[in-house]
Amino acid sequence: MHELSVCQALVRQVESLMQEHGARAATAIRLLVGPLSGVEPALLQGAFPLAAAGTGVEGARLAVESPALRVACATCGAESEARPNRLVCGACGDWHTRIVSGDELTLASVDLVIDPAEETHV
Amino acid sequence: MCSICGCGVSSAHHDHAHAQAPAAGDAAAVSVLRGLLEENDRVAAHNRVHFDEHGVLALNLMSSPGAGKTSLLEATIDALRGEFRMAVIEGDLETDNDARRIRAKGIPAVQITTGGACHLDANMVHRALHDLALTGLDIVFIENVGNLVCPASFDLGQHANVTLLSVTEGDDKPAKYPVMFRAADVVLLSKSDLLPHVGEFEPARALRYLRELANPAPLIELSARRGAGMRAWLDWLRAEALKRQARAVPV
Repeated sequence: MHELSVCQALVRQVESLMQEHGARAATAIRLLVGPLSGVEPALLQGAFPLAAAGTGVEGARLAVESPALRVACATCGAESEARPNRLVCGACGDWHTRIVSGDELTLASVDLVIDPAEETHV
Repeated sequence: MCSICGCGVSSAHHDHAHAQAPAAGDAAAVSVLRGLLEENDRVAAHNRVHFDEHGVLALNLMSSPGAGKTSLLEATIDALRGEFRMAVIEGDLETDNDARRIRAKGIPAVQITTGGACHLDANMVHRALHDLALTGLDIVFIENVGNLVCPASFDLGQHANVTLLSVTEGDDKPAKYPVMFRAADVVLLSKSDLLPHVGEFEPARALRYLRELANPAPLIELSARRGAGMRAWLDWLRAEALKRQARAVPV
């Protein structure tokens, strides 16, 4: 259950963004969490309120998008869908592939509320 | 100057976000697109600088509990004593039993007790490095918490991942724990002396599952207790250590 550690890192990252932008609140947080990221979106959702409690990020809505897992084949060049434990080329079956998408563990964007008086230029 | 510990190592490049400033008033979306574990990755990069400066090879050993990581280290220390100077960072939830086993071999060992945390992270290793003199060392083994899930997500600053799969566990572990086995730079099928007693474990099937993760890592069958297969592992280790020494950053 390392999702709590991930959420704690997320909270620190959003708090530092809030400070950078002089924001008084964060209302929404959007993440990209691929099926091959090693992190479970449902567990993230469960851990987030615990990590956010008592911080400036408390109450923000967490939205997790899971990009499709896709691989590109080094042998035939095809791009195809894959499963986390079967990353072989969907066209020719070769295992010499690389991940195109699906291993993301990314903070995509944050909705910040900034008071006019406190606006800072970055 | 290191911003983490003030240790004089130039801090790794910090990928500063250039998010567009939102308009004042209502909530505005700020695009970020940065890794969620950026803070951990920054400390890991810093650890790697420490290792590189000393020409030290750092290896992250991962497996289920009881797959034989500490026994492998004991056998490796016995085999390479006099050839390489080694040290071990041990990660466990509780006890310093493993560190004591390593110290009994006359090798420096630093124990990290995570107190319940299921994985090591870069900060824990960074703190451990302050208790370990890297000068004069060739190889640092970081024995991660026994767990096939969580340790895979946290870069520690290692140069390579060594993943053990004991033959008593089942040959489909790479298919069940793809994130862990995809990250392996070498996979060791440990306790291979028990293969005759666990007929259902087929090394060829473990290899097939590993390749289906698009992972070209070598797979080596070995028995740390009996010695079989150790030569292939030691040769892999020698080659990696020499690569590091060649790339040592002059201080």
